[in-house]
Amino acid sequence: MNRYAVWKYLVILIAVLLGSLYTLPNFFGEAPAVQVSPGRTSVKVDLDTQGKVEEALKAAGLTASMLTLENNSLKARFETTDQQLKAKDAVQRTLNPDADNPSYIVALNLIARTPTWLSSLHAAPMYLGLDLRGGVHFMLQVDMQAALTKKAEALAGELRSSMREKNIRHGGISRNGQAIEIIFKDQSSADATATMIRDQFADLLTQVTPQAGGDMLMSATLKPEAGRKVQDQALKQNITTLHNRINELGVAEPVIQQQGLDRIVVQLPGVQDTAKAKDILGRTATLEIRMVDESSEARQAEIGSGMAPFGAEKYLDRNGQAVIVKKQVLLTGENLTDAQPGFDNQTQEAAVYLTLDSKGARIFKDVTRENVGKRMAILLFEKGKGEVVTAPVIRTEIGGGRVQISGSMTSMEAADTALLLRAGSLAAPMEIIEERTIGPSLGAENIAKGFDSVTWGFVAVTAFMCVYYMLFGVISSIALAVNLLLLVAVLSMMQATLTLPGMAAMALVLGMAIDANVLINERVREELRNGAAPQTAIHIGYDRAWSTILDSNVTTLIAGLALLAFGSGPVRGFAVVHCLGILTSMFSAVFFSRGLVNLWYGRQKRLQSVSIGTVWRPDDLTAKAIDRAKAD
Amino acid sequence: MEFFKIKRDIPFMRHALIFNAVSFITFFMAVFFLFSRGLHLSVEFTGGTLMEVGFSQPVALDPMRAQIAALGYTDVQVQNFGSARDVLIRMPAAKGTNATEQSTRVMSALKETDAQAVLKRSEFVGPQVGDELAIDGLKALAFVVVGIMIYLAIRFEWKYAVAGIIANLHDVIIILGFFAYFQWEFSLPVLAAVLAVLGYSVNESVVIFDRVRENFRRFRKMNTVEIIDNAITSTISRTIITHGSTQLMVLSMLLFGGATLHYFALALTIGILFGIYSSVFVAAAIAMWLGIKREDLIKVVKKDGSDEDPNDPNAGAVV
Repeated sequence: MNRYAVWKYLVILIAVLLGSLYTLPNFFGEAPAVQVSPGRTSVKVDLDTQGKVEEALKAAGLTASMLTLENNSLKARFETTDQQLKAKDAVQRTLNPDADNPSYIVALNLIARTPTWLSSLHAAPMYLGLDLRGGVHFMLQVDMQAALTKKAEALAGELRSSMREKNIRHGGISRNGQAIEIIFKDQSSADATATMIRDQFADLLTQVTPQAGGDMLMSATLKPEAGRKVQDQALKQNITTLHNRINELGVAEPVIQQQGLDRIVVQLPGVQDTAKAKDILGRTATLEIRMVDESSEARQAEIGSGMAPFGAEKYLDRNGQAVIVKKQVLLTGENLTDAQPGFDNQTQEAAVYLTLDSKGARIFKDVTRENVGKRMAILLFEKGKGEVVTAPVIRTEIGGGRVQISGSMTSMEAADTALLLRAGSLAAPMEIIEERTIGPSLGAENIAKGFDSVTWGFVAVTAFMCVYYMLFGVISSIALAVNLLLLVAVLSMMQATLTLPGMAAMALVLGMAIDANVLINERVREELRNGAAPQTAIHIGYDRAWSTILDSNVTTLIAGLALLAFGSGPVRGFAVVHCLGILTSMFSAVFFSRGLVNLWYGRQKRLQSVSIGTVWRPDDLTAKAIDRAKAD
Repeated sequence: MEFFKIKRDIPFMRHALIFNAVSFITFFMAVFFLFSRGLHLSVEFTGGTLMEVGFSQPVALDPMRAQIAALGYTDVQVQNFGSARDVLIRMPAAKGTNATEQSTRVMSALKETDAQAVLKRSEFVGPQVGDELAIDGLKALAFVVVGIMIYLAIRFEWKYAVAGIIANLHDVIIILGFFAYFQWEFSLPVLAAVLAVLGYSVNESVVIFDRVRENFRRFRKMNTVEIIDNAITSTISRTIITHGSTQLMVLSMLLFGGATLHYFALALTIGILFGIYSSVFVAAAIAMWLGIKREDLIKVVKKDGSDEDPNDPNAGAVV
């Protein structure tokens, strides 16, 4: 009865082989590397780039132990960090001759020393979380209300120009919260506007209410689905902008992910200058282009005497000089697709080149035609506080959406302005609501601590099992080792992120997994105590223990799933390992250990005794049990 | 080797009242401390900034407190973390000021005193995240409680489900009571530990209930109290050995896991120790008070014929 069919042994063999294969990459460690990835979307990292890098390395007298090109990124592996640093400088000089405007990101990284044959099987080491490798984690909250308000503001502007084109008379357009309010003196213009909105502004819902004095108030609001679209786009655009900003930091493998409806998680492994990272990310800014008010009142206010005139506001530029700008927003960062520093073709002055989308280009053309010789201001809003980035004079009408801003700028300032403008094309302001920084030394310390906990716990448990249950204990210990092997293999295969709580979960789940074997061994002992023959005892022991093991694993799994569903961050890392560990333990503790027991004892027909430690029999207890059984 | 040489069934249920009284007292003490002292929640829940700074030599904490207070931050906690050279600084979320700049400002101030100071770890959590985490934590707890109850109710019967969950929730409250009394830091990993221990220690109740059911089938002459006593006696050795082996792992975490895993391991330790007590003494006793009977569990296997209860008053006349 204690025989396994051949296929069961095959399953065990295959599981252990696969487990070993996928656990293997974790033992090779990591090597210093230089990673080259594109700095702009227009740049590609290809064989051509690889050639350049190889040449640069040869010129510097360095050889990479491995050079791989995949996913538009080139990785060169080196033996020592010294070589790695030299190689980074050499590659940086070759690929980015203009350090202020790099086309490639050349970053230091650590890559696994996994041999090629293993990598080709997609076997890779576990992915270490930030708390184990060091780095920065940010969670940013996108201010969706601000995105909606901004959209309403932009729509109000468009409505105003459309109504002017159609010669519809109105008593004023204003934004009230996220609604656009238009006052009409007569019914016909209200009707005309309603028709126009239906035809041209599909995103708006209108409602007309009569006011006192015969006026009519039309209130236009964003349709719910349009509102959702705005939020979705805002989030996407923010993620793209974050990508660009982070590229400037030169991080090898940044993670930028949407979380929930209005949050973005940014993880920068290996970043040590957290202040700079925060500085660049924290520039949660939006951009607006408005006209400078050049009335005499405004001029007065600019010098410092008097208030800003009606319909205008006062902002300071970066040198602290006051600029009075009109409240009406001509363009927002949404219409700005790119901003790059460069040089004027004729004067060789430093300049900033802006690229606008088609709508932006159209508006810009109209505005510049009507305002030649006047000043326009580009404002950057950070957390509600506005600042004038630049207020250039419009020289000619500008069409085509390519705008050049030049004059009295150093190339450094141009690069700064371009960065700020790019940063400003965020659709909605963001705020850092969670931030975690882990120094690299702490990461290494955490790995060591987690590793020690698992190792010593494992040693203590197996030592106890072997002493207490003899051969059955040894089998249980082997099963526990297989459990650890399978768990690590599954984690490596899934490329799940391993964190310190994950390592704690690993230790805990091993402690819980051994329970199944304790249950089995105790049950077998009990059957022996009650006078069962060894083979029967093994059979009944495994059989009866199974339902209990299943029960206990289900309740543990319920807790694990709850943590997975509602947990975030460190808890999730814990829960993933916890749940996987429970599942692998069912295989190793029951199926696998039974296999070993069957292999050892199953063939012996006349088995006299099993090595499971002391089976203590109180004589009267046995007698009592037999009595009781008879009485039934 | 055998630790448990028990000659006859230990009459656990004779003392059920005492065990329940002990449970009640510890439970109410835990609740009392939870309300009077409250949990010392980590920044993850309260929002705020946490910094772990490593210095080149042991540092005095008082001057550092003064130094940070001079920056205008109030209500700042400064304490050693792991060793005399490592310091943990906690600052509540400051309204109005740029909270993300806090750590940078404090760090540059500390660097003035000791140029070798390194920021080993920093954490900033906005207040809105903290509230969410607390709510998610409660949701997870509710999910576990309901999930386990449904499972036990399907697997056994509602009385067992109620008994099992009361016994183990009382563990959770006692763990929280410890954290409140000693003002240990209650962080996200501790919450994970509490929930894991809840799922884990229900196991032991399941083991005992399983045995109770088996005994109901096997020993028809025994009454409920004797059956429970026998079930506990025959499972006590595995209860203690399984918890002991898990505790070995947790002990290893407590010893080698460092300061980060300290409270996590501590919560597990308390949970495991009280888990033994509650599943053995409390769950079974509650199940007994709730009046579990043979008929509740056996009816499923009645088809078997031989399993019919001879004491069943409804047995006999079959039409």
